Amino acid sequence: MSARTLFEKLWNDHTVCQLADGVDLLYIDRIFLHERTGSISLISLEDAGRSVLNPEKVFCTMDHIVDTFPGRTDKTTMQGGRDFIEMTRKATNNENIRLFDIGDREQGIVHVTSPEQGIILPGLTLVCPDSHTCTQGAFGTLAWGIGSTEAEQALATNVLRMEKPKSMRVSFDGELPAGVTAKDMILHLISKYSASGGVGYAVEFSGSAVKSLSMESRMTLCNMAVEFGAFTGMIAVDEKTIDYVKGRPFAPKGELWEQAVQYWEDLKSDNEATYDKEIIIDVTNLSPTVSWGTSPGQSIALGEKIPSPNDFEDKNQRIAAENALSYMAIKPGQCLRDLKIDAAFIGSCTNSRLPDLRRVAKLLKNMKVASGVRAICVPGSTEVKLAAEEEGIDKIFMDAGFEWRESGCSMCFFAGGESFGFEERVVSSTNRNFEGRQGPKTRTHIASPETVAASAIAGRICSASEIEG
Amino acid sequence: MRGLNKINSRAIPLLRINVDTDAIIPSREMKKVSKRGLSEGLFAGWRYLSNESRVLNPDFILNDPYYREAQILLSGDNFGCGSSREHAVWALHEYGIRVIIAPSFGAIFYKNCIRNGILPIVLNEEIITKFDNGNININLEEQKINESIKFEIAVADKEMLLQGLDDIDLNLKYINQIKSFEKIDRKQRAWAYL
Repeated sequence: MSARTLFEKLWNDHTVCQLADGVDLLYIDRIFLHERTGSISLISLEDAGRSVLNPEKVFCTMDHIVDTFPGRTDKTTMQGGRDFIEMTRKATNNENIRLFDIGDREQGIVHVTSPEQGIILPGLTLVCPDSHTCTQGAFGTLAWGIGSTEAEQALATNVLRMEKPKSMRVSFDGELPAGVTAKDMILHLISKYSASGGVGYAVEFSGSAVKSLSMESRMTLCNMAVEFGAFTGMIAVDEKTIDYVKGRPFAPKGELWEQAVQYWEDLKSDNEATYDKEIIIDVTNLSPTVSWGTSPGQSIALGEKIPSPNDFEDKNQRIAAENALSYMAIKPGQCLRDLKIDAAFIGSCTNSRLPDLRRVAKLLKNMKVASGVRAICVPGSTEVKLAAEEEGIDKIFMDAGFEWRESGCSMCFFAGGESFGFEERVVSSTNRNFEGRQGPKTRTHIASPETVAASAIAGRICSASEIEG
Repeated sequence: MRGLNKINSRAIPLLRINVDTDAIIPSREMKKVSKRGLSEGLFAGWRYLSNESRVLNPDFILNDPYYREAQILLSGDNFGCGSSREHAVWALHEYGIRVIIAPSFGAIFYKNCIRNGILPIVLNEEIITKFDNGNININLEEQKINESIKFEIAVADKEMLLQGLDDIDLNLKYINQIKSFEKIDRKQRAWAYL
């Protein structure tokens, strides 16, 4: 057999049949839903007189709309949010779908909970009506975001009609400098190759810098494949992947585990495999990277100056830069370091896992959030929250002046309820700095959790190394 | 879904890159578990001077009375990037948009268009910026714009749009193949089944 990429292996092993016109029927192993776009799929399916083919492979969680205040209930600050929650509960119950509800230990953001529970496994296909489903590609998996109508298709037929994307390899080579994280790597990639650089591609992240990342950091990397415009991101299976999965509640056990591991060991690209496109990035000189504009592609290293529209050869990039500078109320030549902040947010499917919070807690110990800065931490799942509390991390956050919340997507986006204030400047460990994403006219700078915590302490954008001394 | 073939309409030039689905429909506009009632929220952040007053922003191209009945939208690279929310497509459709022409699209958004009766056309930026403000004529069957500019679309996507097909019905034609795949796969990848 000719040499194959990881992507080709995953794709081929899930191809039920090839139809005419370049369409493959791709078998779907797991479907994850949430109360925002999952309820509508189930209700719409029911309205059409259809049902879920294999409810045991479908999971649902409450993450998008549910409040994250301590003591939360079904009531939400978002108007009408309760309907989403109640309708999701009813619809999942009707279809015998496992729901991780408010108050459950398993509740959390889809892409935090799914790996934690061992629902995503190497070698699976997983879809969810959420664009950041690519996060779970970190497990040597084909995981991607779909629309609600496509979710209905997967629920009712176990397959999706797909056209095969092209393949790309992004190699991050070298040793990552101290204090530089997976978040900085992905922001660097998107800023160099643009927010549409990955359009049409399934991207495999590889190279020594990726290999040395923890599973949680690999998830951070894959999480933003969609911000690169890619169909999805993925990373080959190695011993870290298998160690992470072992013993998780929904992971195979006993003989099935042995069979699985044998299958998983081949989930890497063959040496001679070729890609439609290759990008190589040397990480040796990377530094903390932060967005200045309103697209993740508009990011720079903290030490660099905010660019002028004239720096862009492409007319569209120039116009986009003008719009972004105006929206963000910043000027070319300014340093991000000079920007005072109103708020700091740590959370989201990008950066809210236990190792993220541990690293931040180290920074926050015996420190105080600058006066006038509202700082919030929202653990990615109830499991993460409880584990962090067991280690006393919650105390460190609260002593420093952070709010410590229940898990959920929270203020990663403004759903009509809670938000950051009008024209407030927020440093955020999330994935999108779009206009209005975190509130009306809110100015979002996305960064690593370390940068967010350091900025919260300094009251202006800065890196962890500046705080540490 | 009704089939789509010929559209002849003015085209709204929203010529900026990376128009994300948060911009097309902000989260706060998705108030109900419904695919309807979303057009009011279309481009809400740009279309209204303030979220509360809902006074139209006269500088936003969609509010130009000249384009009120337009069914075609022209935009820049990476249109519909970001969140998977199908509400973006539902809102555009409800507003009356049937064709979007851009140099590239967000992958999920593109698929959502095909499944909801909106034709996404990938076209070179130089051609897009040369359209004047007159009517543009789209013929999906012939894959032509203004009878001369050829555009590409996957055959399966074209059929789906032309006939307004539902992919669940399409897939169920292959239910035997799906079942027999599962039967073999359950043996080969027993660990993958719950």
